[in-house]
Amino acid sequence: MAGHSHFSPANVEEFYEFTPEARKRVITAMIIGAVLLGIGVFFLGSGEHEAAHAVAGHAAEHGGEHLSGGAVSHHETSWNPLNRLWVNLWMNGVFFSGIAVIGMFFVAVQYLAKAGWSSVVKRIPEAFPKFLYFTFPVLLLLFVFKGDVIFHWMHHGITDPASEHYDKIIAGKKGYLNFTFFLVRLVAIFTVWIVLWNMMRKKSIEEDLNGGTQNFFDMVRIGTGFVVAMGISSSLSAWDWVMSIDTHWFSTMFGWYMFSSWHVTGLATITLTVLFLKDKGYMQYVSDSHLHDLGKFMFAFSIFWTYVWFAQFLLIYYANMPEETIYFLERWEGHNKVYKAVEILNVFMNFFFPFLIMMTRDAKRTPIFLKICCFFVIVGHYLDFYQMIMPGTVGPHGGFGLVEFGSVILFASAFVYVVSTELTKASLVAKNHPFLEESLHHDI
Amino acid sequence: MSHVVSPIRETLVGGGRSYHDVTQDICKQVEGEPTKEWKIAFSVSCVIFAYGAYCLGYTWWQGIGVWGLNKTVGWAWDITNFVWWVGIGHAGTLISAVLLLFRQKWRTSINRAAEAMTIFAVLCAASFILAHMGRPWLAHWALPLPNTFGSIWVNFNSPLVWDVFAISTYLSVSLVFWYLGLIPDLATIRDRAQTKASKFWYGLFSVGWTGSAKTWARYEYVSLILAGISTPLVLSVHTIVSMDFATSVIPGWHTTIFPPYFVAGAIFSGFAMVQTLLLITRVAFKLEDYITMEHIEMMNIIITVTGSIVGIAYLTEFFIAWYSGVEYESYCFINRAFGPYWWAYWMMMTCNVISPQLFWFKSIRTNILISFILSVVVNVGMWFERFVIIVSSLHRDYIPSSWAMFSPTMYDIGDYIFSFGLFFTLFFLFAKFLPVINMAEVKAVMKGVSSNYPYKKKSEGGKESVTH
Repeated sequence: MAGHSHFSPANVEEFYEFTPEARKRVITAMIIGAVLLGIGVFFLGSGEHEAAHAVAGHAAEHGGEHLSGGAVSHHETSWNPLNRLWVNLWMNGVFFSGIAVIGMFFVAVQYLAKAGWSSVVKRIPEAFPKFLYFTFPVLLLLFVFKGDVIFHWMHHGITDPASEHYDKIIAGKKGYLNFTFFLVRLVAIFTVWIVLWNMMRKKSIEEDLNGGTQNFFDMVRIGTGFVVAMGISSSLSAWDWVMSIDTHWFSTMFGWYMFSSWHVTGLATITLTVLFLKDKGYMQYVSDSHLHDLGKFMFAFSIFWTYVWFAQFLLIYYANMPEETIYFLERWEGHNKVYKAVEILNVFMNFFFPFLIMMTRDAKRTPIFLKICCFFVIVGHYLDFYQMIMPGTVGPHGGFGLVEFGSVILFASAFVYVVSTELTKASLVAKNHPFLEESLHHDI
Repeated sequence: MSHVVSPIRETLVGGGRSYHDVTQDICKQVEGEPTKEWKIAFSVSCVIFAYGAYCLGYTWWQGIGVWGLNKTVGWAWDITNFVWWVGIGHAGTLISAVLLLFRQKWRTSINRAAEAMTIFAVLCAASFILAHMGRPWLAHWALPLPNTFGSIWVNFNSPLVWDVFAISTYLSVSLVFWYLGLIPDLATIRDRAQTKASKFWYGLFSVGWTGSAKTWARYEYVSLILAGISTPLVLSVHTIVSMDFATSVIPGWHTTIFPPYFVAGAIFSGFAMVQTLLLITRVAFKLEDYITMEHIEMMNIIITVTGSIVGIAYLTEFFIAWYSGVEYESYCFINRAFGPYWWAYWMMMTCNVISPQLFWFKSIRTNILISFILSVVVNVGMWFERFVIIVSSLHRDYIPSSWAMFSPTMYDIGDYIFSFGLFFTLFFLFAKFLPVINMAEVKAVMKGVSSNYPYKKKSEGGKESVTH
């Protein structure tokens, strides 16, 4: 190595300690989340029944019912308040799977592009995919046992011409939307992600032990494979896990739309984690130049998300075809307008805030601005997933209550717990990374 | 910029060149007499240009009735060629702006030629807009100018008008970017000039460049600002071109994935064109040490990445056409693949999706001849892509009694030839009178990257020999 500096690789090894106090705090948060969720479920079970009827009646009065294109109209009479719990778990499962897998995607892209600057932070995103071990069973079990709550196309008899619930359009999609094939895809997607991540992680840790450049070139290969896999699986997961909820509706952009939402959330989570670790006294070698680059990524991919959002919206708005516009109408004025505020917040939090906050060079180099921006981006994209998933599943019964807050706190603290644990398993800096020297001297 | 460069990075300038060698090697073409090869190539393109100009003149004189359009297919080669050239015109600004933002140092050897190519390609695209106007002298009516005809304005609802704004903005910014990058090099040529005429002209266009630290600092600031402005611009241009189609309600045109998919396709074809031109230039001007195997490989990788994105978009469209359950949409795609235009569709699929996958093999993406052939194949495929989208969607509309086929006339072909004549004439003039490689920027990356040269030799050193 061309080491003419003080940063000889051996000096920069650093281990994160997940202290008992920190562990306790995260577990406390998890318990709070679980308790809120429990109370929320209790109230859902007891109190909402009458309220739901009132809302549904109201919506019907205003012609809202035909706008609720998804699952709701079909089982309006047999609404089970617990559905909101299952849907929330599904939504958080999808959202956090995205953050986790973007960790791998980020690392893979850095290797594929042979990026040097990011090698000091790469151990952070590298730890994220561990959380897939948690979301995979959650999504799997929800699909197997509660799939019909989430997916309109899984309703009994919907593809059976003899049934009163028969839906010709959905029956036409049976070749793709059926229990077995969906399950195969779900398992295949997670398996590919987890296996490739494990291969990458193994090589990465081996590099710390053995040095040399062979592991680096292997990781370039694994990363390339993962990017190809992600090119396909990102669209498949978007179609399956989210777009098929609004079974009648379709948009060719949707795969990339959801991916762009995942991607920018992942970038914000990486940045936030780096900032927290820096606050705790770790990773002091991460300079404002590195933060600047992370900020630029967040800024750029917020704009990219907006681009995809806007292009999809504009084209549907412009062509004004009822089978497409229903999607936005349902969210804008359907379901007694419960989703309207979220629709507005979606664009404000995910475009205007990051765009304006991250505009200047100084802001991208100032931790507090970055943190504010990360916060908006993560919460904003949670709302983005909320508005993608809720209208077609719980319809007029949606809202923000203890169930929503409880489930997101539970998932977020589980994420922090799993990632923190994973972070302790390797040095925070990949000490034998061939680009480490470049990254330590990164100055823009 | 980082001052430390990892030893595993490839060298960007080969042959142990010094700063002076760079100046010599690149100025040589500008300062010397035109070579015989250049004269032949330039004459050939002038002949093509003249023949094309005749066809275009005839089109204007007679009107676009000389094209093969009919009542069903009202858009064919004209718009196909327009989109094709605009797409090609994407690589230059991508290389100069996006790769600058991503600090890709390898861009320095190829950005000048790529930007020039961009400008010429956009001019070629614009020529089809003018060609299809019955009265090209009223072309300014496409702009929202105050006028004395009452309140006659352009139709702001039309994506065609957005196109006018997007492409003219893109052309202006690309020109400024290209010219800005030229200034230090023009000053170099000015300082070396032997004749009065060249001293005057290169002096005039280098606008008093002094080369002081202050001017260099400004140069870098302006480059970054322009890069920041151009990046959304690159995306917007083909986005809006895609909206020419996607805002309509025609099956095969109205699909929401069009904007990013068109942008990916544009970068794909633009890089292929840069590859084609640079592989010729590097041999003709003996620039093998500047446009190295590393550059060729990088461009091939970008071609594979963007080609694969386009491939995913093709498959997505096909899948959703079935998934949607919309009869017209499904028919349109089946008709594309198995209808009378099946050959165009499979040409597109083979050239755009399958052929770039060959670059997965290192032996293929480092083979100059195959790289050259494939770069041409990609642009053939991208022409067919636009033809497939446009003609196959139009030729069978909602009323089967008006179904028709399109056959080009010699003026469809002649006007297309015109654009090639224009493109190559301009490119050869550029290659003769301006430095084809950005000397100043190449010198800036030499130190960091090439200083490792003695320590490693490519291939055999790739793996373990990264020791001091």
